[in-house]
Amino acid sequence: MNLPSEQITINLGPQHPSTHGVFRLRVTLDGEVITDVEPIFGYLHRGTEKLAEERTYTQIVTLTDRLDYTSSMINNQAYVLAVEKLAGVTVPPRGQYLRVLTAELQRIASHLMGVGFFLQDLGASGTPLMYCFRERERILDLFEMLCGARVTVSYMRPGGVFQEPPPEFWPAVRHLLDTTPDAIAELERLISENEIVLARSKGVGVLTKEKAIDCAISGPNLRASGVAWDLRKADPYDVYADMDFAVPVGSNGDSYDRFLVRVMEVHQSIRIAEQCYRDMPGGPVRSELPFFFRPPPGDAYAHVEASKGELGFYLVSDGGIAPYRCKIRSPSFINLTVLAEMLLGWKVADLMVIFGSLDVNMGEVDR
Amino acid sequence: MTRALQTAELVERLQGVAAEAVTVAAEGEVRVAPESLVAVCRFLKEEPEFAMDYLSSITGVDYLDFFEVVYHLTSLTHNHSLVLKTTLHGRDDVSAPSLTEVWEAADLQEREVWDLMGVRFTGHPNLKRVLTWEGFPGHPLRKDHLGG
Repeated sequence: MNLPSEQITINLGPQHPSTHGVFRLRVTLDGEVITDVEPIFGYLHRGTEKLAEERTYTQIVTLTDRLDYTSSMINNQAYVLAVEKLAGVTVPPRGQYLRVLTAELQRIASHLMGVGFFLQDLGASGTPLMYCFRERERILDLFEMLCGARVTVSYMRPGGVFQEPPPEFWPAVRHLLDTTPDAIAELERLISENEIVLARSKGVGVLTKEKAIDCAISGPNLRASGVAWDLRKADPYDVYADMDFAVPVGSNGDSYDRFLVRVMEVHQSIRIAEQCYRDMPGGPVRSELPFFFRPPPGDAYAHVEASKGELGFYLVSDGGIAPYRCKIRSPSFINLTVLAEMLLGWKVADLMVIFGSLDVNMGEVDR
Repeated sequence: MTRALQTAELVERLQGVAAEAVTVAAEGEVRVAPESLVAVCRFLKEEPEFAMDYLSSITGVDYLDFFEVVYHLTSLTHNHSLVLKTTLHGRDDVSAPSLTEVWEAADLQEREVWDLMGVRFTGHPNLKRVLTWEGFPGHPLRKDHLGG
């Protein structure tokens, strides 16, 4: 029997519980199969790059918090590194260690959110996400001790970090490092070999190595496709060159690998944080810079391995107190290059799994 | 550590691809005339010695007298990097050739530069605005954009 059929176009979002922010997809379906996808975004565009042109170099730190708001510390770090490169500022060792320590704690928090929401997108409502959030909360408590803020931290400054941690910070870090590995292991027991997780994500939304490189995909999404590229190793900044850690890679580039790479990276981040705690040098945390400080005319690009991938800042100075141009190379934005192609041919039920596995943050996409 | 390519040698090699069109901008930076951009990029990507397989970033800068488009290239194979700069004149109708044929990574990034800076990329398959909406007046990152 021949049934008449026609394709339908549906609109997903902009405010859909699984779109990780205000993101919209125009999806064309043939039955349940996706035949065309157009991602539409910009709903959270705040003109960060334009705002930066009217603020001093120190004030801009607060704007970077609001890019990928799940990893503010790392955003701060990318930005201050670019300013330091532009102005030729050196950072005292204790400042560098504190930056690496806080950046790695932030990476754990961000990856836990990525993993938690991915599981939520799979339909595991509540429980696994709350396991992830429980651990993330403990990290945010530490940030609160450092600077009074939990999410929009603005902890780093050109030349180092804002201030010396209070005495109660160190025992709290020790406790976190002692207990988090068990908590992650518990999450892994619950999830990693779970039948439903495997069935829904193994082989789903495969991104090949060649495609990933050609589209400049970065971060865990690139490594899940089997490319061992991590800027902490490939182009070390702050004190990463002294850190001993591994770069986990996937083999299939599917949604499951992207999930697994994040979980493995959490373990590596704990390893790095442990080394920072052990080797933390004394001395000042910041080189003092004048309040209105003027880098010489010129340009500089600095990049870091953020939790979502390569986060870069390209700054142009005309010798004034504010940058002439501040470009943000956002990993989530560029990671979306490949989304439409990854979704073609999959069922509508797989759409949120694939999108969730990319761990995109809209604050950073729209800027 | 990612190594910046030696630009003097590189420019000499590039004379075969586009004589006169390539000059040293600074150490690790090369200035390319817009009309030779695609040929130079294809050469840098395909020549095994350079293997610039990864287009990290595309930036547009408005210097009022001219626009500059900056390309940050990386080779994941050799772990070296290069900055390409191209100068574009004019204000009402500024255009550069699209690199989408060389790297797919140029797709969204060129759309962003078009949207916010108003540089048109000829040959781009889908050059629509990406962060603002169709009908948005002007290009907000231009220095003479006053909003409204």
